[in-house]
Amino acid sequence: MQSTINTLPPYLSLSIWVPIVFGLIVLAIGRDTRAGMVRVLSLVGALVSLVPTIPLMTQFDKAAHGMQFVEKAAWIERFNIFYSLGIDGLSMWFIPLTAFITVIVVISAWEVITERVAQYMGAFLILSGLMIGVFAAMDGLLFYFFFEATLIPMYIIIGVWGGANRIYAAFKFFLYTFFGSLLTLVAIIYLYNKSGSFDILAWHKLPLTMGEQVAIFFAFFMAFAVKVPMFPVHTWLPDVHVEAPTGGSAVLAAIMLKLGAYGFLRFSLPIVPDASHKLAPMVIVLSLIAVIYIGLVALVQKDMKKLVAYSSIAHMGFVTLGFFMFNDMAVQGGIVQMVSHGFISGAMFLCIGVLYDRMHSRQIADYGGVVNKMPKFAALFILFSMANCGLPATSGFVGEFMVILGAVQFNFVTGILAATALIFGAAYSLWMAKRVIFGAITNKHVEELTDVNNREFLMLGILAIAVLVMGLYPAPFTDVMQVSVADLLAHAAQSKLPVVAP
Amino acid sequence: MNTTNLIPLYAEVFLLIATSAILLIDMFLAEGKRAITYMLTLATLVGAAFFSFADYTAGSTVYAFSNMFISDPMGNLLKLFSYLTMAMTLVYARQYSTDRGMLGGNLGGEFYVLALFSLLGQMVMISANNFLTIYLGLELMSLSLYALVALRRDDARATEAAMKYFILGALASGFLLYGMSMLYGATGTLDITGVAAKIGSGTVNPTILTFGLVFVVAGLAFKLGAVPFHMWVPDVYQGAPTGVTLLLGGAPKLATFAICVRLLVEGMRPAAGDWQQMLMILAVLSLAIGNLTAIAQTNLKRMLAYSTIAQMGFVLLGLMAGVVGHDTTKGAAAYSSAMYYAITYVLTTVGSFGLIMVLARQGFEAEEINDFKGLSKRSPAYALLMSVLMFSLAGVPPMMGFAAKFAVLQSVLATGAVWLTVFAVMFSLVGAFYYIRIVKVMWFDEPADSTPLVVSSDKGIVLALNGLAVVVLGMIPGPLLNACMAAMQKTLVT
Repeated sequence: MQSTINTLPPYLSLSIWVPIVFGLIVLAIGRDTRAGMVRVLSLVGALVSLVPTIPLMTQFDKAAHGMQFVEKAAWIERFNIFYSLGIDGLSMWFIPLTAFITVIVVISAWEVITERVAQYMGAFLILSGLMIGVFAAMDGLLFYFFFEATLIPMYIIIGVWGGANRIYAAFKFFLYTFFGSLLTLVAIIYLYNKSGSFDILAWHKLPLTMGEQVAIFFAFFMAFAVKVPMFPVHTWLPDVHVEAPTGGSAVLAAIMLKLGAYGFLRFSLPIVPDASHKLAPMVIVLSLIAVIYIGLVALVQKDMKKLVAYSSIAHMGFVTLGFFMFNDMAVQGGIVQMVSHGFISGAMFLCIGVLYDRMHSRQIADYGGVVNKMPKFAALFILFSMANCGLPATSGFVGEFMVILGAVQFNFVTGILAATALIFGAAYSLWMAKRVIFGAITNKHVEELTDVNNREFLMLGILAIAVLVMGLYPAPFTDVMQVSVADLLAHAAQSKLPVVAP
Repeated sequence: MNTTNLIPLYAEVFLLIATSAILLIDMFLAEGKRAITYMLTLATLVGAAFFSFADYTAGSTVYAFSNMFISDPMGNLLKLFSYLTMAMTLVYARQYSTDRGMLGGNLGGEFYVLALFSLLGQMVMISANNFLTIYLGLELMSLSLYALVALRRDDARATEAAMKYFILGALASGFLLYGMSMLYGATGTLDITGVAAKIGSGTVNPTILTFGLVFVVAGLAFKLGAVPFHMWVPDVYQGAPTGVTLLLGGAPKLATFAICVRLLVEGMRPAAGDWQQMLMILAVLSLAIGNLTAIAQTNLKRMLAYSTIAQMGFVLLGLMAGVVGHDTTKGAAAYSSAMYYAITYVLTTVGSFGLIMVLARQGFEAEEINDFKGLSKRSPAYALLMSVLMFSLAGVPPMMGFAAKFAVLQSVLATGAVWLTVFAVMFSLVGAFYYIRIVKVMWFDEPADSTPLVVSSDKGIVLALNGLAVVVLGMIPGPLLNACMAAMQKTLVT
């Protein structure tokens, strides 16, 4: 058996398996009579899982080309499948981000979830490991394995702890995503039959005709576009967000949507570069529709969660827009936007969760004047809303600004259209903040609200710091990805069409 | 050739002797000591497994009785899984059958004896290298199963199911026999190796050959339960007592798979162009009708019956994909993926019917989907187990079902049939809907019935191992895939 591990201890494997093992332990011992112990154990698990991701940040070599922290061992020899892990500048930040958001989710559920605590916590810990696996996998089948496996815990999370219409949402989530990924499976097998290997890096070098490239592009596109989600296959997201429990929404928006966007970077652009270039106008148009049209849709929402869900679609539109303009600035901007959106959208859903736990309503109309009763909360909520509309000094600004700069380089009109998103973003975020936080108290339940407790303040405070740090000093984030993005674009610029003899 | 060589038959001989002994011993046992029959039956399976395992590790292909009987790695591997399935079935079904008067009382241990005879029939089918041996094994298995379905003779539904199973089963056997007689007419031999050689020589009358082939394929499709020969499956699965449903939905599928390989792949590979087309139509129809009809079911056993039809579609896809030029490696890859799929299907199905029997109690069948409502509140462990099995049937990683689907799809795509692959995955999507509905019922709904589950420890342990196997073999499918591949390569070369 051939196996190589460049780092000792194997940080990537630990990042994947530690949360899964903790999740299984929590599931095994957990009963609601022992809820207190389960919560502590889950928090310990989430924190311990965060530990192996720290060296990934500190020991990452920014100047190196190719994969780092590589691990490779034979897995299914019959099909030449390897347990192959590695990260580069494109994927590095998502692993600590996932582990970090999991900690926040565990904290957010502390007093809120009182039924089947162990199953809730266990599902999130397992989900965390699986999502890290998606970002770290360098073998096509291993990627698919993790990508699909994330459906199971998320399906259960939405269905068990969700709102009134949770069953509809859970089915919609499962079937939409399953549909997309099954076509990807066909594409992956096709690439294997063609190349005899499941190594993603080998696929990067595989010559493919235009017809094959377009077919494979669409097969990947179905899975990733559904996951991102892009217009017009975005309809599952608002339904799912509204029904999912707070933690589920936070993980979904913060991490799960990024799996799709990451897929574009790892699969679509380098494996089928010619088709990506050819079909880029389509993706750009769809992204612009997401940015502008979905922005307008967000404006008219009456339900806070739905509003933030639509704003997520608009922000993810920025990400795909950035990726398909094929210049450094835009692609980096897209990745920064992914990380930043992870913090901001997670925080927005947690804020709504805080309100919902007190009022049991998500309707904007039921609120108003919250600042009078919850000043600390109001300050944080306004900060995240500002970040959501891309105010300078918050992380939201960095990504959007870079994408817009890239877009202007690419095509002036595209740049202008993309920039309108800042206006819509400001409109829907601030208008919601105005209606919820400010004004006179009209609802007597708002009268009875109590401000955030220490636990809630802690979780929102950490996120606020992250948002500000990333906004004020984005260099550590962008430095890491520069080399990888440049390599990716150089690779994507080369045609992979087989050379036909004249 | 040594016609008196009985070594390759030791497993069958042992099973026959042991079964006869159990039949005798059981007559003299007092009612309270019926557990001895159960223990002896399981011990018999272990003994037979010992012989087959020895043959399997030897890894050679041996013939006996003038080439009528073959012992090869593929056969021995399938036999080992048949014993395993049978043992699990008997463990799961013991309490259930006792509660329903099928075990003990007037009937004594006949349940076990008939089950063992059906297993003997399956072993003969698996090891058959002659049309007559195939038919002999098939009838031994079928007759035992007819009797088993009818064991609860005072139950109207069971009797109806037995009648249906008998008539349609007899019809299928007739089809098969008629087809075989045509093939005999065309080739002048009953020996499978001889048939292959004769067809390969190109001197066979193609009309008679194709005519016979159609009937053989129809007979096999009947036994597998592929559309349009599937009508008996839902009725019999639903009507038969659950323990017996498992006896006819579990191990027999492996034996039927084996005779498909023996007849079509070993016997008629030169005529593959013809049967490949037929299998494709059967597979496509099975996938479509099985999956679509399963959605409408409210009875879990009936739903699993339609799901079986769809799953058999995948097995047929794997069998169909094996003929790519004369490339034996690719051929073996496809047949071994079908074999892996069949094994996966059986392990998963046994577990799911086992769980239906966990929920059943005296006077209550627990076979409606709604009977599983809120199972996660009554017993999180069993709900988790059932979820694992359902996700496996749906083909979601990390369960075994995913590895199996992947292997089959890989072989189908290797033949260049992109549309067929896309068709198959789209119907997997349809299938996912009704499988995850079971998960939904167990986890998202409130329990309608909060009777505590009473599960004997042996059954609990075996069920847990069953679920664990589905996960572990899904995460580490390599060794079993390799074993299937090696066995099929051996089969194709000889």
